Amino acid sequence: MSSAIIEVRNVSKRYRIGAAGHGAYHTLRDCLAAILRPRQDSSAGRESEFWALNDVSFDVQAGEVLGIIGANGAGKSTLLKILSRITEPTRGEIVLRGRVASLLEVGTGFHPELTGRENIYLNGVVLGMKRAEVARKFDEIVAFSGVEKFLDTPVKRYSSGMYVRLAFAVAAHLDPEILIVDEVLAVGDAEFQKRCLGKMGELSREEGRTVIFVSHNMTAVTGLCRQGLVLSNGRLLFLGTAREAVDAYLKLAVGSPDDLLEVADRKGTGRARIWSARFLSPAGGAPAVGMPCTMEVELDCFDAIRNLCVAVTVRNALGTPVFHLSSDMTGDIFPLRGGERAVVRLKSDRLPLPAGSYRYALELSEGGDVYDYLPSAGRFAVSEGDFYGAGKVPRQTGGVFLIDARWEIQTLSGQ
Amino acid sequence: MEIRIRAGSRARYWRDLWDYRELLVTLAIRDVSVRYKQTVLGALWAVLQPLTAVILMTFVFGRLAGLQADTDIPYGALVLAGMLPWQLFSNVLNTCGQSMVSNANLISKVYFPRMIVPLAALSVALLDFGIGAVVFLPALVWLGGSLGPQWLAIPFLIGLACLAALGPALLVTALNVKYRDFRFLVPFILQMGMYVSPVAYPSSLVREKLGSIAAHLYALNPMVAVIDGFRWPLCGTPPPVGSELAVSCVIAAVFFVVGLAVFRRIEREFADIV
Repeated sequence: MSSAIIEVRNVSKRYRIGAAGHGAYHTLRDCLAAILRPRQDSSAGRESEFWALNDVSFDVQAGEVLGIIGANGAGKSTLLKILSRITEPTRGEIVLRGRVASLLEVGTGFHPELTGRENIYLNGVVLGMKRAEVARKFDEIVAFSGVEKFLDTPVKRYSSGMYVRLAFAVAAHLDPEILIVDEVLAVGDAEFQKRCLGKMGELSREEGRTVIFVSHNMTAVTGLCRQGLVLSNGRLLFLGTAREAVDAYLKLAVGSPDDLLEVADRKGTGRARIWSARFLSPAGGAPAVGMPCTMEVELDCFDAIRNLCVAVTVRNALGTPVFHLSSDMTGDIFPLRGGERAVVRLKSDRLPLPAGSYRYALELSEGGDVYDYLPSAGRFAVSEGDFYGAGKVPRQTGGVFLIDARWEIQTLSGQ
Repeated sequence: MEIRIRAGSRARYWRDLWDYRELLVTLAIRDVSVRYKQTVLGALWAVLQPLTAVILMTFVFGRLAGLQADTDIPYGALVLAGMLPWQLFSNVLNTCGQSMVSNANLISKVYFPRMIVPLAALSVALLDFGIGAVVFLPALVWLGGSLGPQWLAIPFLIGLACLAALGPALLVTALNVKYRDFRFLVPFILQMGMYVSPVAYPSSLVREKLGSIAAHLYALNPMVAVIDGFRWPLCGTPPPVGSELAVSCVIAAVFFVVGLAVFRRIEREFADIV
């Protein structure tokens, strides 16, 4: 008999995705129509299956802080929802030996029409407290939130900062044995984020609480969690210390040198073809902010090219183009013979991209002729680093790149 | 405390429902306070709604069509006594029927037995009914009702009306999550329902004009027995016929069990769909 506080055994979760695409809901009319016209369009009614989690097993010991990391769509949210009992596993079993509170959202259940006071009770009970417990901790919660003056104001009139503070004040006074936290809780300003993370660390260190934390923020994971779990395509890829898990994740994020020749989403005459591309740090891992970074593009040239121009466009996670650079802009033009295979490298001494995930497009051309164009050639992750050498890791930047610049001050008048 | 979740197992359901009773109370308080904050007329609404319907019906059926009760009480009192339980039924069906979709954000973010949502919504309908009853019941007694032991039937009838409405409401709210056009069915059912329930006329009319078999078929609508039962003390009409009452009770129970079964079946997918 294991003494683990959480046991996850062979858990799988299947979602059915309607052919109409996700997010579309059925209507009765559609169903009736499908019955009346059985196989007019056989693909419209067919649902495809999708395993969001696939045979995942692990244990969590009491007092452990486990970070769950993985790319978008790796199954993190699904695992969180199963552990919080919001949704059921399709297969497998979970044992939870303790009171669970899940914070997947800021202010779950808050009602905009209700006052701060009413919402404290509502939110508290929704998150698993008893009414008497909320009443007992009420003054503490109010003091923590700092919104005393607005207790009897409907929360729809709150600023977003006040709203978040009130929500977090309630969450901070939960008393669960197992706390499940999604990174969305860490929205808001850096100060608040620090307080959130600090409180979580405190919970586990001082009170022996078990915390499960999902995040994209590698610094938060390594700073807070002892254990790390990496999910990839619904499978458990790695379970070990947080540091090792982050390394495993970053290696994964670099992406395997996929055979880009098999990518169907491409244009061009095919005179030359890109077959592999990647962004790397000098050590061969994921690039980091402010560190040297190299993009490698391997290509085959099928027919002699006099002036090959290689171009790359990098977009951030939001799809905003961050930069576009072609070799003819820098005056670099590569001649290639037919049948030659080559690797083109683009080197940056100090990567000016903020930490995050990026996608890139690649193009091979000559004059106005496009030989090969891959609108989604691949993606890479940039891990955090100290760009300005100020001993700080900028957690969030307002912009899409980090400018290489210095501040100066010159006093113009006064004694 | 140990929670074991096995795929497909629902062993803890009823115990969970009991464990989460405080959430039920809290959500009921929320629903009630939101209801009275969002409407300008607040509690007055619970009175105005049945009152306008009764005035209109009295004018159309009583004055224009010349419909009359066979007792010596005014036609308006007859309609009012029918309207009160009908409004209860209609409000339960409406609010509970919408409850799952309007609580979608909660359902996708935190666990609790989903049954709590429609049950909490019941509180709003019951409160509206309570306000209406406090205002109208004394008026009805004054207009010719009695104060006899028949009153003891009223709580039972309220329960029957809720049960009769909860069955379809559970069905509608569950299917509503899956098929969003299901909610258009509710106004339709309610509109038709008011005519096939003895709201604007006494049920004795059906018995007299169409015979006993038709009357039993008529009682397949559980609201027939409920409304007859309400009129018994309030209007001094005869009590519901025993066999018809039995039919109504059985139908209400069957609907409730079916609604519950469908709700529980779809419930496990709720968080994945909403």
